Amino acid sequence: MQKFTTFTSIAVPLERANVDTDAIIPKQFLKSIKRSGFGVNLFDEWRYLNHGEIGMDNSKRPLNMDFVLNQVKYQSAKILLTRENFGCGSSREHAPWALEDYGFKAIIAPSFADIFYNNCFKNGILPIVQDNGVMDELFTSSDKIVINLDAQSIYTNGKTYLFEIDSEQKRRLINGLDDIDLTLQYVDDIKAFEKDYFNKYSWL
Amino acid sequence: MAQTLYDKLMDAHIVREDSSMTLIYIDRQLIHEVTSPQAFEGLAIAGREPWRKSANLAVPEHNVPTTNRSLGVSGINDPISKLQIETLDKNCKTFGINEIPMNDIRQGIVHVVGPEQGFTLPGMSIVCGDSHTSTHGALGALAFGIGTSEVEHVLATGCLWQSKSKNLNIEVNGKLNRHVSAKDIALYIIGQIGTASGTGYAIEFSGNIIQDLSIEGRMTLCNMAIEAGARVGMVAVDDKTIDYVKGRPLTPSGAKWDKAVEYWHTLHSDKDAYFDKILRFNAKDIKPQVTWGTSPEMVVAIDGYVPNPTNAKNQTEKVGWENALNYIHLTAGTKISDIKIDKIFIGSCTNSRIEDLRIAANVLKDKKIASNIKLALVVPGSGLIKKQAEKEGLDKIFINSGFEWREAGCSMCLAMNADKLEADERCASTSNRNFEGRQGQGSFTHLVSPAIAAASAIAGHFSEVK
Repeated sequence: MQKFTTFTSIAVPLERANVDTDAIIPKQFLKSIKRSGFGVNLFDEWRYLNHGEIGMDNSKRPLNMDFVLNQVKYQSAKILLTRENFGCGSSREHAPWALEDYGFKAIIAPSFADIFYNNCFKNGILPIVQDNGVMDELFTSSDKIVINLDAQSIYTNGKTYLFEIDSEQKRRLINGLDDIDLTLQYVDDIKAFEKDYFNKYSWL
Repeated sequence: MAQTLYDKLMDAHIVREDSSMTLIYIDRQLIHEVTSPQAFEGLAIAGREPWRKSANLAVPEHNVPTTNRSLGVSGINDPISKLQIETLDKNCKTFGINEIPMNDIRQGIVHVVGPEQGFTLPGMSIVCGDSHTSTHGALGALAFGIGTSEVEHVLATGCLWQSKSKNLNIEVNGKLNRHVSAKDIALYIIGQIGTASGTGYAIEFSGNIIQDLSIEGRMTLCNMAIEAGARVGMVAVDDKTIDYVKGRPLTPSGAKWDKAVEYWHTLHSDKDAYFDKILRFNAKDIKPQVTWGTSPEMVVAIDGYVPNPTNAKNQTEKVGWENALNYIHLTAGTKISDIKIDKIFIGSCTNSRIEDLRIAANVLKDKKIASNIKLALVVPGSGLIKKQAEKEGLDKIFINSGFEWREAGCSMCLAMNADKLEADERCASTSNRNFEGRQGQGSFTHLVSPAIAAASAIAGHFSEVK
């Protein structure tokens, strides 16, 4: 996984609460057995005017120009602004895969669904929680946003906002650490645990 | 110190604690074809073997057709669906993972098959790349959905990093109204507290109403915990739990059974255990429920009306309601029982167990579905449930009333197989999500219980059980 560093970008304002992972990446694209290439189908049903399927030439599909992601000024955005409970519903990791593949590196919202929040960290995406007051300020500003994970800060429009993040998740993101590699350092702990565990719960 | 059920289950599985993260041991992983191919690919690229093969069980479910299975996987028309199931079959073979393949009578929805086979048992930590894994918490287990990176992590290490959830106790007491089921209780609670109230919490359901529910009913309730935002939903172990798991193919026997039962009886929250939040509901307030919008929290009683966005509690909710009404082609103030339906779906990991089929069949006995119903499907949760239902003659009741009797699978819950709604079609569905496009692009889903789905099929519009 890539190391997460400080970066600056404009943000796309997606003015919706309870955006579910079915909306982020519709089910037909989950039939892929690959991990990449989901970005073109991010928010597919909102982004295009026709029905999308795997294998279509998306460059030929009619765009819904009312959908914020399609507006010219947001084309290079790496930050998504949205409302409460983003990523609710299905546990599909295809949702962060699609966001990452599209180019998003951070999502700022008042709250995230648990499974989605966790899945973001596995894919180098930083989910940032800010209260509704700050979100309203961010939604009304069109300035670039500077995100500094090390300092746990967002800087925009002359103001700095701090955010909370689990210290261990932060360490793993900054260093681009792989969870499995980390865990396999503890093989002895796992084996010792198993010995006691299967002795105590002998029916397992 | 007094502990909650969740704390007890977490404690039993802690391998090590590193600052804010806890490495927990995973007893069981259920695997299906949609969220596993990339995990197996990751294992293969890194040259890793599964940590403990017997901890895993794979079942194809999302993509399987529910009609004509005689040709097996090669008979699947959609080449992409077919490839995904073939990939699962191949991965299980390569990595030595037990699989119940598509044409095995035990095949079905993972969250139905796991408990049915005794693969998932009380006290276990259970994961699956599927948010409805919370279902297994009905057995007094710690069960939750994970992403594909975590599926790979569990395959490779037998463990998972977790941060501890807070404890939420949802108590339902009193006396249930007629024809109110676990599904109505779940939808009612979600309607009251919203889809994000459970975020960061593990929910334990308690109270006399929960104790009175069958294990199937508890599974329906725990299944929907994720729709309230909680990854984990649980019910304490009692005699019903023990009776349910007894004698299943993978359940222990003899001296091991006795030892297991002794432990399982400790799986309840202690009397003075601390909960971060407690929510209490009175059963008399719960009527049969119907969702009207595009989130499970957008729900009213069957004798209610589509609400007006001007009555939303804030601007964000108002916008959400307006978007929902716009999508689902309904007008505020419409009586729920005046809404006509095109299709009926009885099935999914929420409501496809034998009890659900019995309830629906009981409503449909000697009745015909309305002429405006274009298609009514019953999809049992597993091949074994199908067989049991046929033994009881339920299939005949469904078929005589105009329903189609299908093979086990996820079916129309999420439209990844041939069963889906067309645009502008309206469905009364016993599944768990009414999101935009969930059952087919541009289609409209209304979540209901099996009894309401059956009664509405007869009426042609949403209807109470007459």
